[in-house]
Amino acid sequence: MTDVSMQDTATREAGMGDYFALLKPRVMSLVVFTALVGLVTAPGHVHPFIAFVSILCIAVGGGASGALNMWWDADIDRIMKRTSNRPIPSGRVQPEEALAIGLALSGFSVILLGLATNFLAAALLAFTIFFYAVVYSMWLKRSTPQNIVIGGLSGALPPMIGWACVTGTVSIESVLMTALIFMWTPPHFWSLAIFVKSDYGRAGVPMLTETHGRRVTRNHIMGYMVALVPVSLAICFTQIGGPVYAVTAVVLNLWFLQACYKVWRRDEEQAEADNFAAEKRAFKVSLAYLFLHFAALMIDATLQSAGLWG
Amino acid sequence: MIKVEHELHQRRKGRNYGVLILLLAFAAMVLGLTVVKVQQLGDARQFESNDHVLRPALLPDETEGEGTQ
Repeated sequence: MTDVSMQDTATREAGMGDYFALLKPRVMSLVVFTALVGLVTAPGHVHPFIAFVSILCIAVGGGASGALNMWWDADIDRIMKRTSNRPIPSGRVQPEEALAIGLALSGFSVILLGLATNFLAAALLAFTIFFYAVVYSMWLKRSTPQNIVIGGLSGALPPMIGWACVTGTVSIESVLMTALIFMWTPPHFWSLAIFVKSDYGRAGVPMLTETHGRRVTRNHIMGYMVALVPVSLAICFTQIGGPVYAVTAVVLNLWFLQACYKVWRRDEEQAEADNFAAEKRAFKVSLAYLFLHFAALMIDATLQSAGLWG
Repeated sequence: MIKVEHELHQRRKGRNYGVLILLLAFAAMVLGLTVVKVQQLGDARQFESNDHVLRPALLPDETEGEGTQ
């Protein structure tokens, strides 16, 4: 073996970090947080070790669906600048390895969650993986500009799984937590899509900003924001919505509504004049919006267990 | 000639240790789950109810219910 070929092999050999990157760790952090809130707010008790294993299974299941997504999307990831350095397009991980890791981790996480908690939670996790890997990645992503809306369901389900781990049921509270993330995804993602120069078009992925233009995207942001408000406020009237959540939800909805309204009212000239300041702000507010909603639910659950309300 | 401490070997060593740690963590997790599940049974004899062999100890007491008929 020559030095040159040896060097080539060395740069292409995957390390643990490359396999970990297949699991999309940043997406996993959102999954872990929202699933934890679902688990903590659910009525009933679960042993701390089982809670830990449950969250781990949900995180690994979410990561496994990320690996399957990277396997399927390797062709378009290679074309787009943002994704060209992912483990498969950069040549560090072989597509077959990603497929094997995705399938194996999916199986492990679902079966272990079923054994640790109950089979409803396991079925919901299996559905989440299926929805992200098959319905979103293989079908919707390349066929409709509504891909992120419908596909967002897979990212919205973790709190429902966390809830089911404790109760073994699906209830109005877990449905509303899921609906909150589901309705939040479009204004969050499209605010970003307006100001980031993407090459989805070159890769043949229909994104609303490119298929229908930014004006229509602005209208969609406002429409979904208006639809998001009642979902957020409805949680106040369930057993998980306490005083902290009620105040937080009202303030956050006013804040995010105002940010989205500014995005809606602008035209392209105004946006380009200040380098998409309002869109960038709406995106940042959206991140705080979701995080603080779930943080407030967690605080209320803690106060409730301490007997301070409810 | 291949150097013993080539970067390639370092990387593979890292991967092998990574797999070792994951396997040990998995074994520890299954052990932990087993301990917690058994502790939650209350009566440890229930553990035998998963066995396919008839366990006389699990049968209801034959004297139970006598005198009520």
